[in-house]
Amino acid sequence: MDFTRDALLDVYRRMRTIRSFEEKLHELVGAGKIGGFMHLYAGQEAVAVGVCSQLTDDDQVGSTHRGHGHCIAKGVDVAAMMAELFGRTTGTNRGKGGSMHIADVEKGMLGANGIVGGGIPLVTGAALTAQVKGQPHVAVGFFGDGATNQGQFHESLTMASNWKLPAVYVCENNGFGEFTPTEFVVPVKDIADRAASYGMRAVIADGMDFFDVYEKAGEAIALARAGEGPTLLECKTYRFYGHYVGDATPYRNKEEAEDWIQNRDPLDLFESRATEAGIVDSDALRTVDGEVAERLRVAVESAESDPLPEPGEVLTDVYVRYE
Amino acid sequence: MARELSTGAAINEAIAIAMRSDPDVILMGEDVAGGGDRSKEGTEEMGGVLGTTRGLVGEFGMNRVRDTPIAEMGLIGTAVGAAATGLRPIAELMFMDFLGTSLDPLLNQAAKLRYMFGGKVKVPLTVRTVCGAGMQAAAQHSQSLYWMTTGIPGLKTVIPSSPADAKGLLLASIRDDDPVIFCEAKGILNQTGEVPEGDYEIPLGQANVVREGSDVSLVGFGATVGIAMKAAKALDGAGTSAEVLDLRSLSPLDEEAILATLEKTGRMVIIDESTPRCSIARDVAALCVDRGFDFLNAPVKCVTAPHTPVPFSSVLERAFLPSAQNVLDAVGEMG
Repeated sequence: MDFTRDALLDVYRRMRTIRSFEEKLHELVGAGKIGGFMHLYAGQEAVAVGVCSQLTDDDQVGSTHRGHGHCIAKGVDVAAMMAELFGRTTGTNRGKGGSMHIADVEKGMLGANGIVGGGIPLVTGAALTAQVKGQPHVAVGFFGDGATNQGQFHESLTMASNWKLPAVYVCENNGFGEFTPTEFVVPVKDIADRAASYGMRAVIADGMDFFDVYEKAGEAIALARAGEGPTLLECKTYRFYGHYVGDATPYRNKEEAEDWIQNRDPLDLFESRATEAGIVDSDALRTVDGEVAERLRVAVESAESDPLPEPGEVLTDVYVRYE
Repeated sequence: MARELSTGAAINEAIAIAMRSDPDVILMGEDVAGGGDRSKEGTEEMGGVLGTTRGLVGEFGMNRVRDTPIAEMGLIGTAVGAAATGLRPIAELMFMDFLGTSLDPLLNQAAKLRYMFGGKVKVPLTVRTVCGAGMQAAAQHSQSLYWMTTGIPGLKTVIPSSPADAKGLLLASIRDDDPVIFCEAKGILNQTGEVPEGDYEIPLGQANVVREGSDVSLVGFGATVGIAMKAAKALDGAGTSAEVLDLRSLSPLDEEAILATLEKTGRMVIIDESTPRCSIARDVAALCVDRGFDFLNAPVKCVTAPHTPVPFSSVLERAFLPSAQNVLDAVGEMG
C-alpha cells in the first residue's frame, strides 16, 4: 500500500466528514430545522474521496442532486455548506442555492445540480476550457446510473470523445434511479458498456472500496491530463439512505440493504485495509471521528445563529450587469 | 468608413473582431466550419448552414472554431460549462426552433448558475440563433421563440434589425458577462446596409428611435422594424406622422424608451413576428396599460402572427407573417 499515514488519515477524515455530515442532516431535517429537498450521500463516500483526493482546486468537478459528498471531498468548507443548508448569508451560495446547488468554483466545485444529468455537459465545458487554453487541468463529472439514460450524457460523452477532452466521467451506480431499480430501466448489464458506443475507455471499480476507486480513477485522471482523452469510470456502490430524506424505501429488499450497510460499509472496509497494512491504527481513526464530530457540532451551532439574507437579496445576482 | 454589407457578413465581421481581441472567445456549433481545413484536399468549408461563419476556421483554427455533432443539448451545455470556467463562447444554435432539443442547459443552468451560486460565477455565453419565417422553412425551422428566452430570468435576449446594429449588438453581446440569446431574424439576414468599419458596440437594453414622428408609435424589433418603416412611409402619404422605435433588446427591455414614445404620440402599434399569446407584443402592451395609461389616446394594438404553427406554402406563409398592411389596418382601427 503506497500511502503515508498522513495521506490515509486525510482520506479517512474526508470520508468520515461526509458520513457524519449526512447523519447530522438526517437528524436536522427530521427535526424540521432544515427545509427543502435533501438527498444524502452516505454509503458512497469511497467514490467521492477516491476520485477527488487526486484532484487540485484547478480541476473542476460537476456534481448531482446527491452532491454533499463531492463538495466535502473537494474541500468545500463544511461550515459554509451547513450555513447554506440553513439558508444563511454565510452559506457557500449566500443562501440562494441550498442542498441541490452547493458550489464553490474557487475550490473546483462547479455545483451540485438539481437536474439529473445536468452537470455532465458543464464539466465537458470545463474540460473544453482546459483544452482550448492549454491548461493541465482535468474536469470530472459525477452522476448516477439514472443520468446515463439522459440525452445530456450521450451528447456530452460523444463530444468529449471526439475532441479527446481531459475529462473523467464517474458513474456512481447505486442500484436505483430514484425508486426504480437500475436493471428495470437500463438495458445494459454494466453502465460501462455504454462507453463502447463513444469509442471511450471504460473501467469498473468497486465503489465501496476506496483503494480500488483511487487506483482506477488515478489512471483515468493521469490519462486525461496526458491528453489521452476521457474515461467512463463506473463505480458500483449503494446509498445507505433512500432517494431523499423521508423516503421509507419500500421498493428495496431489506436483506439486500442490510447486507450492503452491515458488510460493505466503505468506512469499515477502509479501516480494515488501512489498519491491516499497519499504516494507521484504529485509535488514530477514533481520534479523527471525535474531531469531525466536534467540527460539525460547531458548524451547526454557527449556522443556526448566522444572519439570514435580507429579503431584498431576492433581486440580486440575476445578472452581472443590469442595463 | 462605412460600406455596404449584408447582415450575415456583418455578423461574421463581429465574430472575427471579437475573436481577434480576446483569445478566450471561441465559436462552436453544428457546421460552423463545416468541412474544409481538415478534410480531403479539394474541399471547402461551408461556414454554417447559411454561410455566416465562413472563413473563421481558416483564421482562428480548429481549437477555437469547433464543429460539434448535431447534439444541441450537448453543444449548448458544453458551452455553458466552458463559459463558467473561463472561456467566452459563441455557440450557434442553427435555428431557434432547436431550443426544444437544447433547453435545459439554458433554462436550468446558464440562466440560473449565477443566482444559485450567490453571485460567485459568471456565464459569458452568447448563443447565436436564426429565427423567424420567410424562407418557406415551415413549422420546425421558422419560429420566433424569443418570447420564451425573454421570459427566463438570467438570460438576455437581443435581436438586431439591420446589418450595422447586428455587428454592434453582437460585439456587445459577446463581451457581456451574462448569457445572451442573440436572434438573427431570417427577414434581415440577406438585407444589406451601411456598416461602420472597426470595433464598436451598441449597448444592450437601449431601444433606438429609427424614425421620428408625432401621431403614432410603431414599435418593432428584428425584421418587423422594416415592416414598421414601410407602414410609416405609407402613413406619411395619409398625413399621419409615425415614429418607429426599434427595441433592439427584449431583455433587458428599455421600458423608458417605450413610455417616452407613447407619451409623445399617445398611440401605439407593436409589431411582432411571433405568435400572440405570451408574446413580446402583449408584454409591451401591458407595460403601456400599466405604466403609460395616462398617455394613451387609443387602444394599444398588437400586430402579430396568428396563433398557429408556421405554414409552408408561400401563400400561407405570407398570410402568417405580419405585414405593413396589417399595421395600417391597426392604425385605422384606432380611429
